[in-house]
Amino acid sequence: MSVTVKIPTQLRVATGGQAEVEVEGTNVGEALDAVFAAYGDLRERITQDGTLRRFVNVYVEGEDIRFQQGLETAINEGDEVTILPAVAGG
Amino acid sequence: MSVENLKCKECGAEYELGASYFCEQCFGPLEVRYDHSALDAAEAKRRIQAGSRGIWRYADFLPFSGRPGDPLEPGLTPLLRADRLAERLGTGAEIWIKNDAANPTHSFKDRVVAVAVAKAQELGFSTVACASTGNLANAVAAHAAAAGLESYVFVPANLEEQKLLATGVYGTNLVGVRGNYDDVNRLCTQLAETHPWAFVNVNLRPYYAEGSKTLAFETVEQLGWELPDRVVSPIASGSLFTKLGRGFQEWLDLGLVEGEQPTFNGAQAAGCSPVATAFAEGWDVCKPQRPDTIAKSLAIGDPADGPYAIEHARKTGGGIDAVTDPEIRDGIKLLAETTGIFTETAGGVTIGVLRKLAERGELNEGERVVAYITGEGLKTLDATRDTFSMHEIDPTLDSFDAEFAQEVHV
Repeated sequence: MSVTVKIPTQLRVATGGQAEVEVEGTNVGEALDAVFAAYGDLRERITQDGTLRRFVNVYVEGEDIRFQQGLETAINEGDEVTILPAVAGG
Repeated sequence: MSVENLKCKECGAEYELGASYFCEQCFGPLEVRYDHSALDAAEAKRRIQAGSRGIWRYADFLPFSGRPGDPLEPGLTPLLRADRLAERLGTGAEIWIKNDAANPTHSFKDRVVAVAVAKAQELGFSTVACASTGNLANAVAAHAAAAGLESYVFVPANLEEQKLLATGVYGTNLVGVRGNYDDVNRLCTQLAETHPWAFVNVNLRPYYAEGSKTLAFETVEQLGWELPDRVVSPIASGSLFTKLGRGFQEWLDLGLVEGEQPTFNGAQAAGCSPVATAFAEGWDVCKPQRPDTIAKSLAIGDPADGPYAIEHARKTGGGIDAVTDPEIRDGIKLLAETTGIFTETAGGVTIGVLRKLAERGELNEGERVVAYITGEGLKTLDATRDTFSMHEIDPTLDSFDAEFAQEVHV
């Protein structure tokens, strides 16, 4: 599946300014791994010991993956995967 | 006093003072750091006591180099001893109510917004915005109007009518989002990237959150420069709860008050209790929930400061409890009947948890407990509907006598 991963502005230094990255994968974990393969700097910023850092939120088509199967959440062709900081609000 | 920089609470990375809120290295939240090395405690106390009648008397501990202009200055709300409430709860503890509904837009949000709007102006923004469960919407719309700034206020579209009306009246761009608060918050996080606006609780959140410390400062000052033994505070994002702790700690560290950090008890609604659940389960992070509670102002299913609230409750030997909707209604009524203070559902949550603590015998004899009432009952009128009945009579003495025959003795 080809999906679009949206990168927050503050992390675009690690993607050469790219706001979106097109990658292949069948679930969120695979899609993120594909992003990290292209932009190695991002892996450590977003994950720790193979899991998402505790203040990182990931959404597939606007739906928080923690309400689904986490990194195992399946993705469909054309889906938008959004990475956002979890430290807003309240 | 000087404001140093922003520092990541997770990894310690430092950033310049600006409109940023999360760490580029690890996504942790940024917090304002001060250099108080030149501060003299006695001198600081004198400045406070000679200061304004609101939060800016604590300007030394807020992220500005002087007192900003703030026409709606909030703060110095009443702290009342509630002996009749203690009696009804059957506790020998000394119960105090900090009534923060007594602010310009009737909630504690005026404190954080006053700080954020002043910072927005200092940073040169002409538009302020927020993601809100209601009280923040009121405060942002009002403070923006007072400061002459444009504002955009995003709320769940199904909010209580009173909170919508008390926002729109200020001439803001009121945006009802078809979704819950966490959807609103996600949208605002995305909008903050694409719009040059000061989202008070997104890109200005490090400054905004500092405003909550003033509730701790006032408590200390109003108790005669003493700390409470225990606090009971509602938890939505967990920001107020953790900043109360930080406020007490700053003054302990700087010698403005002596003693130790109070025991912290957090209060959530059972219908949205990610922090209480994580506390009970022994988790370090919160599992998000889909809110279903009458306490809409606390209906944050994915609380940003949840992990820090859990940490602070554990560290101080406290806890985090949740109460059901009927218990929230009872809490509102109990507070009203014993203190004359009419609070919104969030206050019902706080009193509900206070009651639980009393019932479980967790309030110690003679200890001084401060419960934080963060909002006004008139904003959530539905919560009191059908909790009492009215006597309806004709305008005659006979009709009155018939209705009250058994009750009135002259």
